Amino acid sequence: MKKSPLYLSILSVFLIAAPFILTARYTQHVLIVVLLYVALGSAWNILGGFAGQLSLGHAAFFGIGAYTAAIIASKTAFSPWWALIAGPAAVLPVALLVGWICFRLRGPYFTLATIAVGEVVRLIALNWTTLTGGAVGVVIRPSLLSGTSKLPYYYVVLVIAVVTVTLCHLMSRRKLGYYLMAIREDEETAESIGIDTTSYKLRALALSAALTAMAGAFYANYFLFVDTTTVLPLALSVEIVLIAIIGGLGTVAGPVLGAVLLKLSSEIFRNEFAQANLLIYGALLVLVILFMPDGLMGGFRRLFGVGARKSQRVSA
Amino acid sequence: MSLLEVRDLTKRFGGLVAVDSLSFSVVAGETVSIIGPNGAGKTTVFNLITGFQRATSGEIVFDGMNLVGSRPHKIALAGVGRTFQVVKPLRGLSVFDNILVGAFARTGDREEARRIAEDVIEFTELARLRDALADGLPIGTRKRLELARSLATGPKLILLDEVMSGLNPTESREAIELIKRLRDERGISAVAGVEHVMQVVMSISDRVIVLNHGRKIAEGTPEEVTADREVISAYLGE
Repeated sequence: MKKSPLYLSILSVFLIAAPFILTARYTQHVLIVVLLYVALGSAWNILGGFAGQLSLGHAAFFGIGAYTAAIIASKTAFSPWWALIAGPAAVLPVALLVGWICFRLRGPYFTLATIAVGEVVRLIALNWTTLTGGAVGVVIRPSLLSGTSKLPYYYVVLVIAVVTVTLCHLMSRRKLGYYLMAIREDEETAESIGIDTTSYKLRALALSAALTAMAGAFYANYFLFVDTTTVLPLALSVEIVLIAIIGGLGTVAGPVLGAVLLKLSSEIFRNEFAQANLLIYGALLVLVILFMPDGLMGGFRRLFGVGARKSQRVSA
Repeated sequence: MSLLEVRDLTKRFGGLVAVDSLSFSVVAGETVSIIGPNGAGKTTVFNLITGFQRATSGEIVFDGMNLVGSRPHKIALAGVGRTFQVVKPLRGLSVFDNILVGAFARTGDREEARRIAEDVIEFTELARLRDALADGLPIGTRKRLELARSLATGPKLILLDEVMSGLNPTESREAIELIKRLRDERGISAVAGVEHVMQVVMSISDRVIVLNHGRKIAEGTPEEVTADREVISAYLGE
């Protein structure tokens, strides 16, 4: 951390300058979506990749963040941008309740329970019509930033993505990161060396859910429309997981690469191949899983002979 | 004063009494072996002391603290380390990182934890394997790594479950050497579970406790125990 590598400086300059180079509105939109998914994949990776608790219910946390913005916009005089703070705050009690229930289960049973959580939240949102608008959804009035320019949105989502990835990076080199990895590898061993597995899993869940909710709050402010089919479907949970798995579970750069590859290719395929886009998207997934079973990060390591687990080693 | 005091410890699984009113103590700086044939209850005793299983009745007092009912991580932080009979390395992590995770029990500071891990990796002679993934290691090295990981947490007492099983003669000798140094150089007490009466293991034990069907049938110096008629019949049959 003392000397940031050169590529980080180049990357920062590129990310800050990008919307001035890529001025087409559609291109800027794609950048915003990619960054949103960078944040989502990285946030999921804290719980799923580092702590090894494969959640298929993260749409619930995303949806709560998005609905927080929608409710602030429709029921109060405040700006829905406050949901960037209120969303994570609202999701914490939910996350702790979910953890309290689901962490009694391990492996595939935990995953099944998180699917149930996602569905429960979706059904509550669908039926609590007075608060959420039910199936009709909520249209958010354009606010301060909502001019014609996409620049403000780009920088807001850039900050969210950078904060999320930076937190993952810092965590991966510190006690918290090591403890989560120990829990992933073997919970009994983790207990035997003094790790309070319940407490650390809850911390991972809380952090992961809060960051996911923040991304959800941004989504609502950007797309200005929230309903259960856009912010709470199981398909969204699956997509978030795929990004982390394709990129590389439990690595900091993995979800970043995964988001870039999957969201860029899905945009390109959708434009170029119309109806066939899902077919190509699926084929791409199969190829990556077949030839890079550890994700892109694992594949790169093997290809370029980078030392094992280098990204997880603390620099001397 | 004894470091570990076990009194009338009993564990029932339904109708089976796995550990039957067992009492023993371990003094600071002492190496004690618990021996007994397969199924004698050695692993259950270790699981009870480390909180992985809950005693049906009895008391376990370590360093003035009652351990019965505490969760395993609390017991580990109190200073009781353990290894597992079926080794459980953190497979996806390197040898060094396995030890580093243990060291974080003592400190939240990364540099401090690294210093502890460096010290332990030297002490356990695993330094040349520091970057190897734990997953691919041979059994002897994995057992050593289990001990190293536990040692990094700074225990006062280490429980070694089946230290010798699966080891070839060379590995056994190295393991015995390491257990000896644990006591002589670090002053750490150890309780080693051993299935077979091995003369070498006996030679490094200050005291030996013999279990059979969950009951203590003999206790004493290695010489006393090996001469005991009940011990001989437990191993060889009537």
